[in-house]
Amino acid sequence: MSDQPASPTPRPGAAFWAVLRREFAGYFRTPLAYVFLAVFNAFAISLAFFIGNIYEAGVASLDRFFLYHPWLWAFLAPAAGARLWAEERRQGTLELLLTWPVTVWQAALGKFFAAWLFLGSALLITLPMAFTVCYLGDPDVGVIVSGYVGSFLCAGACLGIAAIASALTRSQVIAFVTGFLACFVLVLVGYGVFDELLSGAFATGTVDEIRRLGLWRNLEPFTLGLIDLRPTAYFLTVAFAGLGLSTLIVERR
Amino acid sequence: MALIEVSQLQKSYGAIRAVKNVSFSVDRGEVVGFLGPNGAGKSTTMKLLTGYLRPDAGTAVVAGFDVVENPVAAKAHLGYSPEGAPAYGEMTVREFLRFAAELRGLADPAQRVADTLKLCRLEEVAGQSVDTLSKGYRMRVGFAQAVIHDPAVLILDEPTDGLDPNQKFEVRRILKDMAARKAVIVSTHILEEIDELCTRVIVIAQGEVRCDESKERFLQRGTDLNQVFRKLTA
Repeated sequence: MSDQPASPTPRPGAAFWAVLRREFAGYFRTPLAYVFLAVFNAFAISLAFFIGNIYEAGVASLDRFFLYHPWLWAFLAPAAGARLWAEERRQGTLELLLTWPVTVWQAALGKFFAAWLFLGSALLITLPMAFTVCYLGDPDVGVIVSGYVGSFLCAGACLGIAAIASALTRSQVIAFVTGFLACFVLVLVGYGVFDELLSGAFATGTVDEIRRLGLWRNLEPFTLGLIDLRPTAYFLTVAFAGLGLSTLIVERR
Repeated sequence: MALIEVSQLQKSYGAIRAVKNVSFSVDRGEVVGFLGPNGAGKSTTMKLLTGYLRPDAGTAVVAGFDVVENPVAAKAHLGYSPEGAPAYGEMTVREFLRFAAELRGLADPAQRVADTLKLCRLEEVAGQSVDTLSKGYRMRVGFAQAVIHDPAVLILDEPTDGLDPNQKFEVRRILKDMAARKAVIVSTHILEEIDELCTRVIVIAQGEVRCDESKERFLQRGTDLNQVFRKLTA
């Protein structure tokens, strides 16, 4: 090696992309990714067919397919997000990563977007579902596209929650279970499961507002072809608040 | 200016004062042996110096960059292998080093990786995942990621821990080869390593510097280094 130290101060983008590539490829280094993609597809499609009766409905639309996505993301986003920080802590590599010339924020963004892209790739694999509907009938393609956009945003929101859970522990199992429970609550809130409980503490208007935090409530407009500001802002807020909070937790170490 | 400048460094974990007013500096060409009992504050001092932990007070400056004020620039000039040489176990040695090179934004990362594999004699395991390596190889992978960018400052936390005599010899040989161009800090429990590797000794006990002197002076303290160590750290 040369006599001159080679160490430049890296461009901020270099570290972000390096982390993003490593993390995304990391999903495919273990069989887990393939199990994940298979499970997501099996459930996404069978729920739509057997519980949603998408075929019997006789309407060329995917709204019954997207109906179950909040449940799927509540389960699978924490499964994919559990490793984000917990695995770094368990392996001791957090100390390595954070003594390399990268800020916690660059590393966190790289990790988060890699995980989000991975969830997005699970979603992409369901595209034959959309093609089938197009083949069988004459659906509104714009509605299908906005449904996919909404589902992807919903995945990001669940991932934000999963990131917090992962930043708090060195155990992926604990990260998964707590992340799942938190997302599960967000699913149930929308269906009014906690209404009775909440109405004891809050006024009716407030209970309604809380109900609007449910995942399906916010995904539904997308499946009708509406890309509204409010649900978009809701999903992005949860996603980036989760990203920010998890990063602060790691930064405080 | 010295490559490493540590001034009045302090760090507490709750009520425990792990590092109390530690100051020292290390020049290019020096290999400092960090000695001290377990829990004396050696690793904490290293974690402060590498920017992993934030000091409660005091400053650490690496290659002219304050690790708190300007962490990314300081870390670019720093190679660090934490205790136990952690690495991403599911990656192969080559992938892992490639990641380190890319994250550091090195020009021609493939060449850097090839040079480093050769330097650290890791070529034969380059395609193996880190998880499957023996302890000796793992420690060398930790060392390799710390030197891949040929840093001015090298900080190694027990780099020869758990290695057999041949592997220890190998790590020391590589380290000696590059030491003249760097400021190096090596923590160790192996007292004979002082004579073989270091130019200077810093003894830390109960979070304080108990002794900071040249290797020659340190060795003059007595013929039984274990006894010298016990006396200094009592």
